[in-house]
Amino acid sequence: MILRFLPLLLSNLRRRPLRTAFTLGSIVIAFLMFGLLGALGNAFSAGVEIAGQDRLLVIHKVSLIQPLPESYRARIRRIDGVSAVSSATWFGGVYQDDRNQLPTFPVDDAVYLDIYPEYVITPAGRERWLADRRGAIVGRPFATEYGWKVGDTVPLRSNIWRQADGSDTWEINISEIYDVPATGGDPRNILLHYDYFEETRGRGKGLVHWYIVKVADPARAARVARDIDEQFANSPYETQTSTEKAFAQSFVNQIGDIGAILRGVVAAVFFTMLVVTANTMAQSVRERTAELGVLKTLGFTGRAVTLLVLAESLLLTAMGAVLGMLLAGFAVEALGGTVRQYLPIWEVPPDAWLHAGVMILVTGLLAGAAPAWNAMRLPIVQALRQV
Amino acid sequence: MAAAPVPTPLVRIRDLYKQFRRGPEVVHVLEGLSLDIEAGEFIALMGPSGSGKSTLLNLLGGLDRPTSGSLCVHGLDLGQLSDNALASWRANNVGFIFQMYNLLPVLTAERNVELPLLLTELPGGERLRRARAALRLVGLSDRARHRPGQLSGGQEQRVGIARAIVTDPSLLLCDEPTGDLDRKSGDEVLDLLGALNEQGKTVVMVTHDPHAAERARRLLRLEDGRVVESAL
Repeated sequence: MILRFLPLLLSNLRRRPLRTAFTLGSIVIAFLMFGLLGALGNAFSAGVEIAGQDRLLVIHKVSLIQPLPESYRARIRRIDGVSAVSSATWFGGVYQDDRNQLPTFPVDDAVYLDIYPEYVITPAGRERWLADRRGAIVGRPFATEYGWKVGDTVPLRSNIWRQADGSDTWEINISEIYDVPATGGDPRNILLHYDYFEETRGRGKGLVHWYIVKVADPARAARVARDIDEQFANSPYETQTSTEKAFAQSFVNQIGDIGAILRGVVAAVFFTMLVVTANTMAQSVRERTAELGVLKTLGFTGRAVTLLVLAESLLLTAMGAVLGMLLAGFAVEALGGTVRQYLPIWEVPPDAWLHAGVMILVTGLLAGAAPAWNAMRLPIVQALRQV
Repeated sequence: MAAAPVPTPLVRIRDLYKQFRRGPEVVHVLEGLSLDIEAGEFIALMGPSGSGKSTLLNLLGGLDRPTSGSLCVHGLDLGQLSDNALASWRANNVGFIFQMYNLLPVLTAERNVELPLLLTELPGGERLRRARAALRLVGLSDRARHRPGQLSGGQEQRVGIARAIVTDPSLLLCDEPTGDLDRKSGDEVLDLLGALNEQGKTVVMVTHDPHAAERARRLLRLEDGRVVESAL
């Protein structure tokens, strides 16, 4: 039914092209910001969302960058309720150029893969990696970006470590390229063998950055975490153990309440957009008072005229919103190369489109509400006098 | 022997009053006006400014409501209808022709003529076919895709007439339809109204122009809200 009024609605929007363009611009910017900030919020919270409930992270009590002794691995493994333990160490990988930062971690081979089943790899690839001490499992985005394929040998520089001979570069063999499941995951990692790394590094031997502990029963995770910290209490390397989810959340919170900041910015942007759109609609309808009178004369009811004004407001908002969200998608992709080095999950979240739909309805209806109400109450005779 | 049935007039107005409030002052525009209009009549309403011509026309078209009295069209008392029922009645029974044409400047001639049909269940193709037929009737087939700003005053008024007749109403209400036109264009518009009247439409036309009024079959002169002269 509303489609038959589309030519009229579109014609009304073309009536003052410059004014419509400016209003459309403000809506586009608002939804562009909404999409970009949604991607940013998603990037910060994604780690929290995908974190496993049955995994604990053991870090130094002082900070994440303080190392822990390698000997803790066996001691943690003996604690009741622990089913697997792997260490991980920050390598700080750089490929060819300092701008190409590749999160790289020497880990405990097969145990690590068992703890993180979300790494999608082939059995053959797993075997290849386990059989090659210089082997590496790399995320598919890196393989695509740098043209790597299984069997290639590539130089990976560390901006933290040196080898015993003073070199900062490790030659690694690409054993497998991993994917992440549709439910999410970090696709931009490189996994190395801890043994090979430990053997070749020139300093810091016997130290790792953190341990990942798989608990047999997630319901007992808190108890296991307490047991681990008690085990190392009053030692030179006291630990702080938390679930992976809690760790990810506290890591994000170090920057601030990202969610609240983003919500605040989005609210301010949308409020401005709402004011601009409402002003445009009010002006536009006021200029057309006589035409509304003509429509009513022709038999349009007050309700029909109200719906026309609201539909026009919604159409304007929807056009700007779709354009803004598409631009946000392009912008996220355009910035992806740089941003994903630091925030691997960098994309406009799928539910942002749903939220955008709700925002279109809310802002479109609010912006058109006052002029629509006035149009409905407008007496015909009075309106026709405005000619 | 049974008595012959008395024909009911198309419009029957009895003791019609209309007042407006202008600040503290109450303005009496129509003062107990009574009038019958038969189907197929062509009536010219004349009178000085403020005599109540346009107010009567608005009441006849259901654009406004009387303060008191009754105004029946086709036996239907317009004063008793709800706003929505009145809107529906207007859409189906009345065609309006304005002095300033009142076309929507953003729409082409055919889209302007199509406007009243948007309220019907007709599909898009049929709506446009009827709109073009109405434009053909007023001699503007070749201007269907033009916007009002690209038409002369006379052509705009003819588009206005096409819009008024596209739903085939029985009653045409014209508020000074030639008031903004030169003599030639005015004559063309009056010719059209005459032809429509010949085809059975009832035409009520407010005018200040005696030349236009000559085209009507009946002249009503209003003064101070009353009919003071009715001439054939």
